[in-house]
Amino acid sequence: MGAISIELLLASLMVASTPILLAAIGELVVEKSGVLNLGVEGMMITGAICGFAVAVETGSPFLGFVGAALGGATLSVIFAVLTQYLLSNQVATGLALTLFGLGFSALIGQGYVGIKPPAIGSVNLGILSDIPFVGPVLFSHDVTVYVALALVAAVWAFLKFSRAGLILRAVGESHEAAHALGYKVVRIRFLAILFGGACAGLGGAYLSLVRVPQWTEGMTAGAGWIALALVVFGAWKPWRVLLGAYLFGGVTVLQLNLQAAGLKVPVELLSMSPYLITILVLVIMSADRRRAALNAPAALGRVFHAST
Amino acid sequence: MMQTLKAVLAAAVVAVGVAAPAIAEDPVKVGFIYVGPANDGGWSQHHHEAAMKMKEHFGDAVEVVEQESVPEGADAERVMTQMALSGVDLIFTTSFGYMDPTINVAKKFPNVKFEHATGFKTAPNVSVYSARFYEGRAVTGYIAGAMTKTNKIGYIASFPIPEVIRGINSTHIHAKKANPDVTLNVIWLYTWFDPGKEADATQAMLDQGVDVILAHTDSTAPLATLEKQGGYGFGQAADMIEFAPEPRLSSIIDEWAPYYIERVQAVMDGTWESVNTWYGITEGMVGIGEFSEVIPEDVRAEAAKMRDDIASGAYHPFTGPLNKQDGTPWLAEGEVADDGTLAGMTFYVEGIEGDVPN
Repeated sequence: MGAISIELLLASLMVASTPILLAAIGELVVEKSGVLNLGVEGMMITGAICGFAVAVETGSPFLGFVGAALGGATLSVIFAVLTQYLLSNQVATGLALTLFGLGFSALIGQGYVGIKPPAIGSVNLGILSDIPFVGPVLFSHDVTVYVALALVAAVWAFLKFSRAGLILRAVGESHEAAHALGYKVVRIRFLAILFGGACAGLGGAYLSLVRVPQWTEGMTAGAGWIALALVVFGAWKPWRVLLGAYLFGGVTVLQLNLQAAGLKVPVELLSMSPYLITILVLVIMSADRRRAALNAPAALGRVFHAST
Repeated sequence: MMQTLKAVLAAAVVAVGVAAPAIAEDPVKVGFIYVGPANDGGWSQHHHEAAMKMKEHFGDAVEVVEQESVPEGADAERVMTQMALSGVDLIFTTSFGYMDPTINVAKKFPNVKFEHATGFKTAPNVSVYSARFYEGRAVTGYIAGAMTKTNKIGYIASFPIPEVIRGINSTHIHAKKANPDVTLNVIWLYTWFDPGKEADATQAMLDQGVDVILAHTDSTAPLATLEKQGGYGFGQAADMIEFAPEPRLSSIIDEWAPYYIERVQAVMDGTWESVNTWYGITEGMVGIGEFSEVIPEDVRAEAAKMRDDIASGAYHPFTGPLNKQDGTPWLAEGEVADDGTLAGMTFYVEGIEGDVPN
């Protein structure tokens, strides 16, 4: 058996986890505001093609990511209008959004199959990248990886320390009370949904511009659903979502590396290990039922209608 | 969305057809079911393109109905039933995992004809067809063995089914012919189509020092990753010429169109019978893509000779002496594997490391 390089493993873990991390952190904010958007997969794939198309047309990966965020956010507007103004069922609307996104992206993507996107370089972090072990693992990635990490920190700080974050949480816990206090529940949720859409779009674009890099119809292949599960896994806490994303991404990459290294472990076991370990951690973390239940936003998925 | 659009278009075509009095007979309705999107750049796209060529050949005499991204299993049964109920005469189910669903649905619709790709279960109204991809794997395996500098080549495998195991064995045998020191790493993904995972697997192989990678999944993600990170690969199911001359060295191309035309013609003539078709390079169902110029001249010549010898029948990729992985003899000197053993192959040949998953 060949040895597995921990250095390379950790480095590819960060790349493999970034799409689901971006989508999950956006969905976390949406759910914290009391809205359940099951359309993450649809917004991700829309972001993947929008980002790819913009990057190819302009030659700039940066503009590609901007386009992806806009694309994801635009798709989420449909969801926001339907659920916030027309008071449609959030679960059904979210599912419809996924189906629509998959088809819509396929339609836009017709002309982009088999095209190469412009390359996105690694950030030059100077001597940091030259530190043995730590350099290649932490400081040799493209800028999106760091943006995703910064986003996790920003969301954490926003929810924990800022007044706006407190209001968002209040809306998610009890929209009636927040409304009585004079907060614009619908407007706040609308913005949260937009943010979630933009993040999912970025996650999708990371897949089509960096991780694979190419456009293929249906290329998210369920990543959006994993992102949704990660939010629950992380108990609606940003750092736990990060942990969950790295754990899931890490075990996925690890099992592929173990196979490549020819480790004598049944392949079936390796293939299901990411899911097994995720379930296992979920069981352990939800062992204390009172605490686990406390973390879910109380108004999650409930329709709000200001009657007066 | 795409399906709906196609259905609308198909309906429009029918409406136009009805309006025009020139058409005397009802067109033959032919259904196709794909496991991935019809523009995945590989397996499903090639079936789709063959379907389109068939449609072009017959013109208004056939009507094509397609369903893409149909998961293997219960969903497939639902889709087939729907097609059969809507009056489709002949249904092509183009993935191995559709085997049992095809047999189940075929029982319920004895008047509808089914053609299942790469399977081994037949019925009075179910034919199976497949290509001898292992012949192509012999050629690409030989090139892979000749081109590796690290003596490590990789194989991204989907499901542990005979077709994939044959491909792995053929690749290994012929890579060894080119380079006796070569070792073959296999990664099982348990999916036909997941570009992210295919890319990760490619990266994992590269991290392990593998420098030539053969894929048995449907997307072009492995080649896209190789293009970014270095290393060589091959087109799979489609030519994938957009990745030539590097990293794509050559390719195995599936040519389904002639078969589709033949079978639809048989339905039209009323001569359709359940058959078990297994064509290779000789019949043109397996094509070998152009050799890249980065392959040294002598290797290219040797690979071309192997291709031509397989086509003429002078050489069989599974020719003894060959032992099974555990060292027990399989084929004696000069002996050639029979189709029955190949069709149900569940063992590795000697020299491959690791176990075949159950």
